[in-house]
Amino acid sequence: MKKFAGQSIIDKLSERFEASKQELTSNSTIADVRQKALNHLVENGLPHAKAEEYKFTNLTKALEKNISFEMNTERVSVSKEDVEKLRIEGLDAYYLTFINGEFNSEFSDEVTESGISFSPLSAAIQENNQLAGKLFDKLSKSTEDAFVAMNSLLANEGTVLEISANSEVSKPVFVQYINTKSSDIHAKNLIEVGANAKVTVIEKVDTLGAEPGFSNIVNEISVATGANAKFYKIENDTDTSYHISNIHVSQDKDSTFTSNTVALNGAMVRNNLDIKLEAEGCEAYMNGLYLLNGKTHVDNHTIVDHMMPNAYSNELYKGIMDDKSRGVFNGKIFVRKDAQKTNAFQSNKNILLTDDATVNTKPQLEIWADDVKCSHGCTTGQLDKDALFYLMARGIKKDRAMAMLLHAFASDVIENLELEPIQAYVEAIITSRLEK
Amino acid sequence: MLSIKNLQARIEEKEILRGINLEVKPGEVHAIMGPNGSGKSTLASVLAGREDYEVTGGEVNFDGKDLLDMDADERAREGVFLAFQYPVEIPGVSTTNFMKTAINQVREHKGEKALDAVSFLKLMKEKMKLVEIDQSLLSRSLNEGFSGGEKKRNEIFQMAMLEPKLAILDETDSGLDIDALRIVSNGVNALKSKDNATIVVTHYQRLLDYIVPDYVHVLYKGRIVKSGGKELALELEEKGYDWIKEEAEAAV
Repeated sequence: MKKFAGQSIIDKLSERFEASKQELTSNSTIADVRQKALNHLVENGLPHAKAEEYKFTNLTKALEKNISFEMNTERVSVSKEDVEKLRIEGLDAYYLTFINGEFNSEFSDEVTESGISFSPLSAAIQENNQLAGKLFDKLSKSTEDAFVAMNSLLANEGTVLEISANSEVSKPVFVQYINTKSSDIHAKNLIEVGANAKVTVIEKVDTLGAEPGFSNIVNEISVATGANAKFYKIENDTDTSYHISNIHVSQDKDSTFTSNTVALNGAMVRNNLDIKLEAEGCEAYMNGLYLLNGKTHVDNHTIVDHMMPNAYSNELYKGIMDDKSRGVFNGKIFVRKDAQKTNAFQSNKNILLTDDATVNTKPQLEIWADDVKCSHGCTTGQLDKDALFYLMARGIKKDRAMAMLLHAFASDVIENLELEPIQAYVEAIITSRLEK
Repeated sequence: MLSIKNLQARIEEKEILRGINLEVKPGEVHAIMGPNGSGKSTLASVLAGREDYEVTGGEVNFDGKDLLDMDADERAREGVFLAFQYPVEIPGVSTTNFMKTAINQVREHKGEKALDAVSFLKLMKEKMKLVEIDQSLLSRSLNEGFSGGEKKRNEIFQMAMLEPKLAILDETDSGLDIDALRIVSNGVNALKSKDNATIVVTHYQRLLDYIVPDYVHVLYKGRIVKSGGKELALELEEKGYDWIKEEAEAAV
């Protein structure tokens, strides 16, 4: 048998799949998807060290070294206090909390508002919920990414959200994943935003304790005609946590989707964001901020695919790397032949605070249409010395002056975050990091 | 107040200041003039603590303390103020927020209580009048998109807010039209007292019609080659710098 990257991981996942087969394959449609995912993994393995899409982020190696992938049935108790500490202060939301991959109704809010229905994924699969069949492994595909395959193989829990047409959800939905053990969790969120509906979803994954943990979360988000969906991802996990996110979005006519990704901590984080503008008049906004220190490694891979005319996309990612941290940015823009009158903009700016910090940035534009406006730019530099001197020449201490400049650098991305408690959360972290 | 003895400084391998001697007492206005490249702006930057320059010799005593031993921020808190020739644009930082931080750090250094929002705004209103600067300008990002005149007025506004003991104006007249020049000079004059001192670095005599110096020093090749009263500036305006250069070369 040919040996692949991540062979030992795949062997364990196969065993686990066999052991839980009854539970995982109770729904025949999903069972089929899982079997295909397994086949894909067994045939192709995980991304190897030179795999183009993962060449700066060798997640396979990191997982082999740090995560056991053993089945973990041990129950760990988590207090209400633990859960609340990991939320965002002052943020009024519907909190949906999952502990070790299982939905926890005790810590979660009831979503009673009309126009929005929530179901844990396990229940949705049991009840043969139409959304589960429609979205599970449909927008993000096992065949396109090994970690999506891993997710589709094992994810039996997550958030199924359906926003009915013309409904405006009164407050954000906050999906909270908490991992307490030296183990891995795989969760899938399936979100359907009906025509002209409006919703904001926030996702945050945390690990309790110092043991290494791995979380693999997939979001499949379908945004119907005229709808407006916003998705926030707050990444501020422990120094020993590994995370991969796959967010796949399909947008219908005149819809708007906004992605806000804020990466603050973790051992290694990989974010794949893939937005397909499948009809005319779509708008997509991608905001990203990565503020890294220690040895944190954060990789943002984004794709926006303009498939039809008159759509607009705007991407702004900014990073500040301190200590020995590493940032990676890869932004792809595709403008298909039919996507005339496309406006697509991309900007990636980075500041390196030390000689040991690194960033790898790569914009990638592929344009087949001829009547389009596209621009991209990326910069990497150090903190502006002249600006620092100017502030210090007025009596401001160096640390404080640096903090002011970094706040200023990040300010346009932070303003785009819109939700004030999240802005305050990020601002406070910038301040505490720099004024230590 | 300020005593400079045999100050030498270089940037990279290039020697720029080759032994400056200068005494400034409270209440005095000193003008530093000289042709381009004579080291005027370097002197201003070295006194303010810009790290691009390496001090290779000499000493600077400010109110009994070793100025060269302090970082730029500490010098500012001790009462040294540099009005920049080219004020830096800093997007994302408002002048108001910047000034509030600066003032309170200076106050803390002096052992004074931080200004509350009301007192700060009151102080700001009062100083804004002095340089005829508009509130809307101060709410914007620091110097971003400001005209040359607005930037220089903002410098003098900051000086008015911080009330330094020693103000160093680096080519504050460059890029100013006659109205802006008048406003900026009025501001500087209004801030003069018997307890503080001003060093005006300028290429032209024009500014000295408005800010009248007690002493004029001519810098050439990194040294003060001639000192005199305000009439020296007029002489330079009339005769240019060539005769100074000749005198200086002859003396070597």
